[in-house]
Amino acid sequence: MMILVLESSALVASAALVTEDKLVGEYTTNFKKTHSQTLLPMVDALLTMTGIAVEDLDAIAVSGGPGSFTGLRIGSATAKGLALALDIPIISIPTVDGLACNLYGTSDVICPLMDARRSQVYTGLYTFEGDDMVCLSRQKAVAVDDIIDEINALGSPVIFLGDGVPVFRDRIKERVSVPFRFAPVHLNAQRAGAVGALAVKYYKQGRFQTADEHKPDYLRLSQAEREMAEKKAQKA
Amino acid sequence: MEDMLILAIESSCDETAAAVVRSGREVLSNVIYSQIDLHTQFGGVVPEIASRKHIEKINPVITAALAEADVPLEHIDAIAVTYGPGLVGALLVGVAEAKALAYAAHKPLIPVHHIEGHISANYIENKELEPPFLCMVVSGGHTHLVRVADYGEYEILGRTHDDAAGEAFDKVARAIGLGYPGGPKVDKLAREGNPDAIAFPRAHIAGSPLDFSFSGVKSAVLNYLNECKMKQIEINRADVAASFQKAVVDVLVDHTMQAAEMYRIDKVALAGGVASNSALREAMAGACEKRGYRFFRPSPGLCTDNAAMIGSAAYYEYLKGSRAGLDLNAIPNLKLGER
Repeated sequence: MMILVLESSALVASAALVTEDKLVGEYTTNFKKTHSQTLLPMVDALLTMTGIAVEDLDAIAVSGGPGSFTGLRIGSATAKGLALALDIPIISIPTVDGLACNLYGTSDVICPLMDARRSQVYTGLYTFEGDDMVCLSRQKAVAVDDIIDEINALGSPVIFLGDGVPVFRDRIKERVSVPFRFAPVHLNAQRAGAVGALAVKYYKQGRFQTADEHKPDYLRLSQAEREMAEKKAQKA
Repeated sequence: MEDMLILAIESSCDETAAAVVRSGREVLSNVIYSQIDLHTQFGGVVPEIASRKHIEKINPVITAALAEADVPLEHIDAIAVTYGPGLVGALLVGVAEAKALAYAAHKPLIPVHHIEGHISANYIENKELEPPFLCMVVSGGHTHLVRVADYGEYEILGRTHDDAAGEAFDKVARAIGLGYPGGPKVDKLAREGNPDAIAFPRAHIAGSPLDFSFSGVKSAVLNYLNECKMKQIEINRADVAASFQKAVVDVLVDHTMQAAEMYRIDKVALAGGVASNSALREAMAGACEKRGYRFFRPSPGLCTDNAAMIGSAAYYEYLKGSRAGLDLNAIPNLKLGER
């Protein structure tokens, strides 16, 4: 089994090749060049370096959202184009789950925080039971205070990671009532390798989609739809 | 050169489209998923909604284009994609998809300018048309009077200083309560009206005789409507539509004829969404006939955004050696003739 993994949900662009027992290669960058310019050249570099042909791939995994709408679509469209040409399936991994998987094996509750703008975060709560990551609170878009309330109610120590940490660090310090810490820089951002670890499990469980079916899960309506819904709600 | 099969992809605005075109002139399939109903409720194209729809529809549209042409992907010689101008989020879906497809299928990728596509739509139904010719490109986003010197070689002789012609149609349509999209609705209503009923201005720009301005005529219409309202005069919407349309068409035809004379070109073409406007087609045909020029225009189905026109333009780009790398990006404000 050979899976190509794409992660372009936020500022990080990352690609990886994973098998059941090996991270064959991983290429991650975190700077402000658009994913349109970086993602496919990174895939090509990985395949060229490892001598693996596109025809050897069994599936394409992609960080399926939430995240930057445009970033998600670049990842999705790249996955869809590859999967269409190769006639292989797409494995869509929830982005926040993939981020949580960075902190495999920690005894703390894991809380990824992605800056979702409009004073919200994309977040969820996770813990490890043996080798399995268990979701305590599914990924969602909420105000940072809402997830802090959930954390305080759980009462267990928590570790935060993601690009929402620098944005909400002060708020966390002010309001979190359980012991907490922040993940170090080499573990705190999206990585295709971690997404790939989940993708291998999904693949074995038969949890994949056709290239036609796949689309990002934004967890949010577009602004225009939101405003229209608000208008309708006001009228009613 | 032997027959060449190009799979073309277009997603610059609100149509998700794919086509298979043989050697630039023969369309084997031309599949378009139009999102227009989705955007009508918002009174215009919403970029984020368009981008979301593109990602849902792009694979089925490509698969349908290959199936309709009865050409498997292995037999395609190159893949072409619109990379600008247009809505950046919408363009990016087509660009990322086309790059991945070309990469995994080991095909060359040809980057195509959207307007070059519109101009090339004329090659599909007019096998005898070859450059040089003059092309008036009119759509919701563009108003360009272009001298096509050779395949892939363009000189813009005139452009709009404010609104595109199609934009003016949309705004006037909204003002007289016709809704979106304005072009076809104004066209239809204008057939029942008197084009000489109201004298709307024809803008000419000092020092740039071939350039355009449509914000003046649009404002004139809005002022006229306001005035009628204040004086409680009943508005004849058909007359307003017909008179406005004539004001726009007159300028488009007049500048095209001036350019033909200045540059001594006896072949004239229309392109872009507004090129399907019946009054514009008639007026341009009449002006050309009077002067003995040959007149070309795509059938209405090829005037709107489609991928067949991209496949046609791509063939000539390919012959010139144009290829895109894996780092091809969408360029929302790409200028014609730029690479």
